[in-house]
Amino acid sequence: MPEKVYSKEEIQEVATRVRKNILRLTLERGGCYLGQACSSAEIFASLYTGILNLGPSLGSMDAIPFPGVPSPDNMDYPKGSLYHGAFEADKDRFFVSPAHYASVVYCTLAETGRISHQAIEKFNVDGWNMEMIGAEHSPGFENTAGSLGQTISIACGTAHARKLKNETGKVFVLLSDGEIQEGQAWEAFQAASFYKLDNVVVYIDVNGQQLEGYTKDVMDIEPLAARLEAFGAKVMDVDGHDIQAMIDASKVEHEGKPLVVLCRTSAAHGIPLLEKRKPFLHFVRVGNDEMDDFKKFYEQM
Amino acid sequence: MKIEVNTHEKNMIKWASEHPEAVVLSGDLGSSCEIKGFLNTYPDRYFSLGIAEQNMVSWAAGLAREGFRPYLHTFGVFLYRRVLDQLEMSVAYPNLPVTFVGFLPGIMTPGGVTHQATNDIAVLRNIPNMTIFDIGDATEIESVLQVAHDVNGPVFIRMLRKEVPRLFPANEPMVFNRGRVLTEGTDIAIFSSSICTEEAMRATKVLTEKGLSIQHVHISTLKPFTDPTVVETLKKVKYGAVTMENHVTIGGLGSAVADVIAEEGIGTKLIKVGIHDTYTHGASKMYLMKKYGLDALTLIQAVKNLTGKYFGIREEDLEAVRFEDYTAV
Repeated sequence: MPEKVYSKEEIQEVATRVRKNILRLTLERGGCYLGQACSSAEIFASLYTGILNLGPSLGSMDAIPFPGVPSPDNMDYPKGSLYHGAFEADKDRFFVSPAHYASVVYCTLAETGRISHQAIEKFNVDGWNMEMIGAEHSPGFENTAGSLGQTISIACGTAHARKLKNETGKVFVLLSDGEIQEGQAWEAFQAASFYKLDNVVVYIDVNGQQLEGYTKDVMDIEPLAARLEAFGAKVMDVDGHDIQAMIDASKVEHEGKPLVVLCRTSAAHGIPLLEKRKPFLHFVRVGNDEMDDFKKFYEQM
Repeated sequence: MKIEVNTHEKNMIKWASEHPEAVVLSGDLGSSCEIKGFLNTYPDRYFSLGIAEQNMVSWAAGLAREGFRPYLHTFGVFLYRRVLDQLEMSVAYPNLPVTFVGFLPGIMTPGGVTHQATNDIAVLRNIPNMTIFDIGDATEIESVLQVAHDVNGPVFIRMLRKEVPRLFPANEPMVFNRGRVLTEGTDIAIFSSSICTEEAMRATKVLTEKGLSIQHVHISTLKPFTDPTVVETLKKVKYGAVTMENHVTIGGLGSAVADVIAEEGIGTKLIKVGIHDTYTHGASKMYLMKKYGLDALTLIQAVKNLTGKYFGIREEDLEAVRFEDYTAV
């Protein structure tokens, strides 16, 4: 069966439903990484429906009990990468670095038919594989990404290996802007340029904030585009809520260089009630005083 | 006793010729870690990652995920202390076949504290999925890549370089998780590893001449540590055991043996010879072995404390059994 072709409007609907679903989880479960869902919903929707070349999912449609940690006796557990289809030479890979975006990954998988909607009900439920911050058994995760700054290196090592094997598929990575503060991220960009890894495409959710506040106040990372260009990357700087712009950015020529797409976003996008909380949106809890307002907003989304 | 030179360099090239999936990653210490010859032989399988070990470790994880077998080469200290989170989350957690070839274990270098991997075993022994080998001679250098290859998961090798003695027959390769019984006896047990085994062999020779019955076991697998040879040895000796390691005495070979004694309920005494809860400084190997008590005379003192027997052995007696005029790297 050929993969579904999504119109721009349909991609926007995916993004909106992802955002709405995570607002629901936030209200039902006492809190969630809602700000990240607001900033990245269009990025994930665009990647899964309009950018990535993935085969049909091989993952379980249902949530499964936690399959155990990897060990010599447990290497055949169901991998999160199964949801991105079979590893084939012409297919893309997709690594998500900020693992606390897990709810966004799961919900986008659900909206694109790669996992069931019922599976989302096991999100952050004890004993299941849909953890709030998971590991490489979690649906949609190729690796164990919770320690920031490492996934870009792993993805580049994967891309390096795929070049050595003459595979044509690309390696996509989703980074958050705060983790660019990690020195390892720059070691990885340095090496990706050195090895001319033009099969690497990095989307960065530049929402401009992190746990302790605005990124510019915690540890400024700007001028990000100029810094990345100085490290040898081809850089596109786009509105991270503009689906067409993000799709177009994936198609630019970047021969001999990794491509980085800076997606400028807002952590309150689509849920204006969050605007007044900026820049403290790392983990959103809604108290009784605001519950009615958020519930009303949810109903009309 | 024969001194072998650049054994790993030759062995790594031979290994690569038989294993096309093997690639070498270098942290800008290639010529100091015996892989210059590999670069000349297999330039397209040698990847320079620069002075950026954290990226190198995670990058290796990416290569391993795609079916390659990366062999990371730099000084051991940069392969555990600087990169612990990368080693654990990028490599050990997913149980990937990445081999860390760490040079200059313990006090092998005038490079000083920043270059001396003196607590690596202690740090790495508690990491799930991790296997640790501590090389003692040229025969083990020649056999360790096969033993490491057969492990399902990441491996850390405390590798020796340049001039290394051949203490064990070339046709008796190291065996995974098995100690090598060098002498059999019933009075005391000596467990030694790394460069300490040569010193312990000198001491046992002289002590045996004085009438002591010693079971001397060379240990090269530090994790796992479930070798029945260790248990059998501990059970049969009258006075107890001495461990001798090129490492701090907390968390290494001595602690591993102590665990076995306790868990098996053996109830025997243990004296740990090694670096005693201190950082070390840079100097020649023989100077450091004496200064920090990793030499034959220190071992003999430990045996005296264990048995209550005085052997009257002096430095000169030991000089007589120095196997070769083998001096520091």
